[in-house]
Amino acid sequence: MNEEKHILTMLVDNQPGVLSRVVGLFSGRGYNIESLCVAPTIDPLVSRITLVTKANLPSIEQIEKQLRKLVNVIKLRDLSGKEAVHREMALICVMAKPESRAEILRIVDIFRCKVVDIGREHYIIEVSGSTDKLNALINLLKPMGIKKIARTGAVALFREPN
Amino acid sequence: MEMTGGQILMQTLVDEDVETIFGFPGGAVIEIYDELVKTDIQHVLVRHEQGAVHAADGYARASGKVGVCLVTSGPGATNTVTGIASANSDSIPIVVITGQVPTQLIGNDAFQEVDIVGITRPCTKHNYLVNDVNDLAGVMREAFYLARTGRPGPVLVDIPKNVVSAKTIYKPVSQVRLKSYNPTYSPNMKQLKKVANLVREARRPVIFAGGGIILSDASRELTAFAHKNHIPVTASLMGLGGFPGTDPLWLGMIGMHGTYRANMSASYCDLMIGIGVRFDDRVTGKTDAFAEQAKIVHIDIDPTSIRKNIAVSIPIVGDCKKALTRLNELLTDEDSDAMLKQKEEWLSRIDEWKSTNPLAYDQKDVIKPQYVVEKLYELTKGKAIITTEVGQNQMWAAQYYHFDRPNNFITSGGLGCMGFGLPAAIGAQMAHPDRMVVDIAGDGSIQMNIQEMATAVQYKLPVKVVILNNRFLGMVRQWQELFYGKRYASTCMDCAPDFVKLAEAYGAAGLRAEKPADVEAVLAEGMAIPGPVIMDFTVEAEEGVYPMVPAGAPITEMLLV
Repeated sequence: MNEEKHILTMLVDNQPGVLSRVVGLFSGRGYNIESLCVAPTIDPLVSRITLVTKANLPSIEQIEKQLRKLVNVIKLRDLSGKEAVHREMALICVMAKPESRAEILRIVDIFRCKVVDIGREHYIIEVSGSTDKLNALINLLKPMGIKKIARTGAVALFREPN
Repeated sequence: MEMTGGQILMQTLVDEDVETIFGFPGGAVIEIYDELVKTDIQHVLVRHEQGAVHAADGYARASGKVGVCLVTSGPGATNTVTGIASANSDSIPIVVITGQVPTQLIGNDAFQEVDIVGITRPCTKHNYLVNDVNDLAGVMREAFYLARTGRPGPVLVDIPKNVVSAKTIYKPVSQVRLKSYNPTYSPNMKQLKKVANLVREARRPVIFAGGGIILSDASRELTAFAHKNHIPVTASLMGLGGFPGTDPLWLGMIGMHGTYRANMSASYCDLMIGIGVRFDDRVTGKTDAFAEQAKIVHIDIDPTSIRKNIAVSIPIVGDCKKALTRLNELLTDEDSDAMLKQKEEWLSRIDEWKSTNPLAYDQKDVIKPQYVVEKLYELTKGKAIITTEVGQNQMWAAQYYHFDRPNNFITSGGLGCMGFGLPAAIGAQMAHPDRMVVDIAGDGSIQMNIQEMATAVQYKLPVKVVILNNRFLGMVRQWQELFYGKRYASTCMDCAPDFVKLAEAYGAAGLRAEKPADVEAVLAEGMAIPGPVIMDFTVEAEEGVYPMVPAGAPITEMLLV
C-alpha cells in the first residue's frame, strides 16, 4: 500500500517526558518521523507537537489510535488536507563568494526571504513557507555551496471555519 | 492535617482498599516501609522483585482487584520490568511503586539510581515520577484509576526518597480528572444492530473470546449469547474460562496449539465474532488466510486493538459485558429455534472435526505430561486455580485442564514469561487462602523464580507446584526437533537440582513420581499436605505439544500427533 505524508498536530500536557512518550511510540512500533516541532501554546500547561510522518493507510490509522491512547495527548488531528495552513522555516548558511553574491540576493528576493547575517564569505538566509518552497530554494542555493542548514520541520494549523 | 509523603502514600492505599502488597525493601523505600508497618496492610516479602510483580499480577487476576507492589530504586526497580511488561501484554491492573533517589540527586548517576520511568514508558499503561509531595495523593488516585479502567494495565509510580519524608497538608483527592483519557464503555448501537443481523443470517458462525471477557466479567453474558444463538465458542489462551470448558458448544483453544476443531471452525466460518481479543499472531497464524470466508466482527475496549492485525467488517469499541448485554437484548429467544435449524449442518460438521483429530496422547511406560494434567483436573474436579510457567507446560495446562469459570487460569499469555507461575500462584493464594492453587511448571521455567518457595513457606501459602520434568527446555526443543534438524542447541537441562530435596531445603514438602502408576497417588498426597509442595513428575523427555501450527502458516496447516 502507498505511503503518504501525514502532518499530525497534537496538544499535549507540557510536562517532562511527554515528548519522549510520543517519540518512543514511533521508534518502538517501527513508524518513522520525518520532522518534529514542539513548543508551548498560549496555555503554559499545554504544548503543541507537530509531527510529519510517512505511512500507509492502515499504519496511519494505527499511529493515530496509539497516540490518542497516550494519557498526556489531549487532542490529535491529521492536518494533511487543504483545510490546514502548513509552514516550515529554515536558516540556511550559504557560501557567498563575491561573484555569487548578486545571484544569491536575486534568489532571496524572488523567494521573499531575507538575509539575516552577512560574513566575509557567507550569508545566513531566513526563509519560511511550504516545504516545497524550502526545497526549491535549497536546490537553487546548492551550487553556491550550503555550509549549514537548520530546518524547523512543518508546523500547521487548521483553518478556522468562516 | 500535616502529613509526610509516606503517610499520604499509606492513606491513598487504604482509600483504595488495598489489603495486600508484594514487595522488597531497600534504601530508597525504607521510610515507606516504616509507614507500612503501622498500617493493617499485609506486606508479602518476596525473594526477588520480579516475583513481587508477578504475585501482584496473580493476585489481581484471582481477586479482580488492583494488585500492588513496592520495590526500591535502581536494581529493585529494574527487576520489575519483566513483570510489568507481562502485565501490560495481558492487560492486568497493577500499581508498581518504586523508590527513587532524592530529587536533588536525580540525573547524577547516584547510588541505585535508574530512570525507571524512562525504562518502563513503553511497557506501562502510564507512569509517573512524583517530584512534589503535593502531587502524591492525586498521582496515586490517577494511578489506580488508570490501572483498572478502560483496557486495564500496569501503572508505575516512582517516588523520590525526599518526597516520602517531605511534609504537607494532606487533601484527599476524591475525583480523578484527566483531560482526554475517557475510555469508551458503551458500544455503538447501530453497529450492534448490524451484528445482530449478521448473527441472524449466519450459517457458520463462531465466537472467538479473549481475555477481555474475563477482565470485563462478561462470561455469563457470553455463555447466554452463545447458547441462545447456538454459536460455538473458541478462545485465546487469555480467554480460557471465559466460556465453560465442558460446554457442548466449546471448541477448545484456537491458534498455534489450538484444537483441530477450533482451528477448522475458525477457518471455515462465515461469521467470526471476536470479543475482547487482539488477534495475536499466535492465534491467527498467516493473517491473509485467517477466517478468510468470514465477516469479522471485533468488539474491544481498546481502539488500537481493532484493525491492528486483521481487517474487520464491523469494528465496535466498547466494554465486552455491555456489548454482549445489548446483543442479548437485540436477539430474542424467539429467534433461537430458527437459528438452531439454520446452523444444524455447521454444528454437525464441527462434531465431525471433533472426532477426527481430538487431543490425544498414548500413555505407556513413561509418564506423559498430558496424563499428569488430566489427573490433576480429575482430582481437583476442575476447581483449582491454575497458574502456569511458559512453554509446553503452559500449553498442556491449557489443553487438558478444562476451565469452567473465569479467573481460574492465570498465565503469562502475551509476553510468555518463564518464571511467572510460582509467584503468580502466591498472589492468587493470597487472594483466595482457602482455594487449591496449583502452578503447572516445567523443570526449566520453575528455576527462573524458584526462590519464591521461601515466600510460600514463610507465609504458609499452600501452593502446589507440579513440575512436568522432561529435562529439556521443552518448547524450544520441540521447535528444534521439527524445524532445526533435531539440533538441540542449549535446550538440554540435564543438570538440574533434585526438586524434592530443594523443596525440603526450603521447608516445603517434596514428592516425586517416576511411573505412570504413581501419578495419581503423588497428586493426591501432595494436595492433602496443608503447606506448599513441589511434585516432581519425571515425564517423557521428547513429548511434543500437538496440534502445532508452524509460525506464520495458516492455522489449518496443523501438525498432528
